[in-house]
Amino acid sequence: MRRRVWILVLAAPVVAAAVLLVSGARGFAASAEQAQASNVEVKIDNFSFGPTTLTVAAGTTVTWTNRDDIPHTVVSDDKVFKSKVLDTDEKFSYTFTRPGTYGYFCSIHPKMTGKVVVQ
Amino acid sequence: MTKKVKDEILHDHNQDGIDRRGFLKCMAWAGTGALCVMQGGVLKSYSLSRLSDLGPSAAAAGELSFVQISDSHMGFNKPANPDVAGTLKAAVDKINALSNAPEFLLHTGDISHLSKPEEFDTVDQILKATRKEVFFVPGEHDVLNDDGAQFRERYGKGAKGAGWYSFEKKGVHFIGLVNVMNLKAGGLGTLGHEQLEWLEDDVKHLKSSTPIVVFAHIPLWTVYPDWGWGTDDSAQALAYLKKFGSVTVLNGHIHQTMQKVEGNVTFHTAASTAFPQPQPGKADSPGPMKVPAEQLRSVLGITDVNYVRGQQALAVVDSSLA
Repeated sequence: MRRRVWILVLAAPVVAAAVLLVSGARGFAASAEQAQASNVEVKIDNFSFGPTTLTVAAGTTVTWTNRDDIPHTVVSDDKVFKSKVLDTDEKFSYTFTRPGTYGYFCSIHPKMTGKVVVQ
Repeated sequence: MTKKVKDEILHDHNQDGIDRRGFLKCMAWAGTGALCVMQGGVLKSYSLSRLSDLGPSAAAAGELSFVQISDSHMGFNKPANPDVAGTLKAAVDKINALSNAPEFLLHTGDISHLSKPEEFDTVDQILKATRKEVFFVPGEHDVLNDDGAQFRERYGKGAKGAGWYSFEKKGVHFIGLVNVMNLKAGGLGTLGHEQLEWLEDDVKHLKSSTPIVVFAHIPLWTVYPDWGWGTDDSAQALAYLKKFGSVTVLNGHIHQTMQKVEGNVTFHTAASTAFPQPQPGKADSPGPMKVPAEQLRSVLGITDVNYVRGQQALAVVDSSLA
């Protein structure tokens, strides 16, 4: 009698853990897919942002990568986001949660401007 | 270059001692080490190799001589120049070899490439070999991440605001301006209201015969707005200097020599000691321009400036590192 209880007691947490693991894994897989879909790149090269105007869905993470041979920054016109100085191959990411139009520029070379439109 | 050329004024429209033909001829020589001197209303040009031909009143034997260097970009290491420390050392060697030793140096900014302490340290170390006082103004690469706090700590003792200041040497009034702070999206360089007010006050009581030298990083005239090569409120600054008979504006930022004369004002930009940049509109962007390795030192350089009392303009001579 006692053994059966033990087995039950032992099994429960194991089963519970297994269920948790499976659901967790499914959950991770789902968010990984989601992350891939909502991660968009902007390339910085030749003193320009490419694309200059980017349209994304709310919740998207935008990653700027500097491919130029000179450092640049990504600074929002309205102080919403601001990168540190990005040397060649360095990146900056920002997740846009609210819809709106976000103008930004390079604070070192202010003629470089871009825009993210969040829908 | 061994030719000696004498140009006489044909049509002096602005009565400023220069006509277009003479000016253009001089301009073409400027990048190759030519001396353009205005003496008694006549623009004369001499190649550097024939400086000994100049008489005692010529700029080579001036009363005040200093050197402008610019855009050392210490820390830059891309193909356009993998050894910016080496080329800065070559510039120092050139300075130390000048027969008319300069009294001091002006550095018109972009001392460092990424505002890193070790980059500033290296430049200071290399310039020590000139054994001369150096006056600095910041470039946009010197004020990254900290709004210029480190720059002011190192080079701005006694300066106002973002690092502007003035001083006098042998009766010539020098003004260091900062036009790389608070840059706005889509904009050019900017001086700002506080600095302009300081400038107005700084020159208010000077006699109009005082020669003025203004130095700042971004050009104070509009060289090429598409690439941000200009200062949006420099007209106001120049208005405060209108009364002076001789104004020389020394800038950097564009990594090539360029000169413009407007009335009593001579604008001049220096070459970089690190890497060249393309001429306005000649490339997609104003980034570092790669040239064949053996040509690199010929597109980098220093600027030697001489003041002779009684002459209206300061004589400005660019020479390359090769």
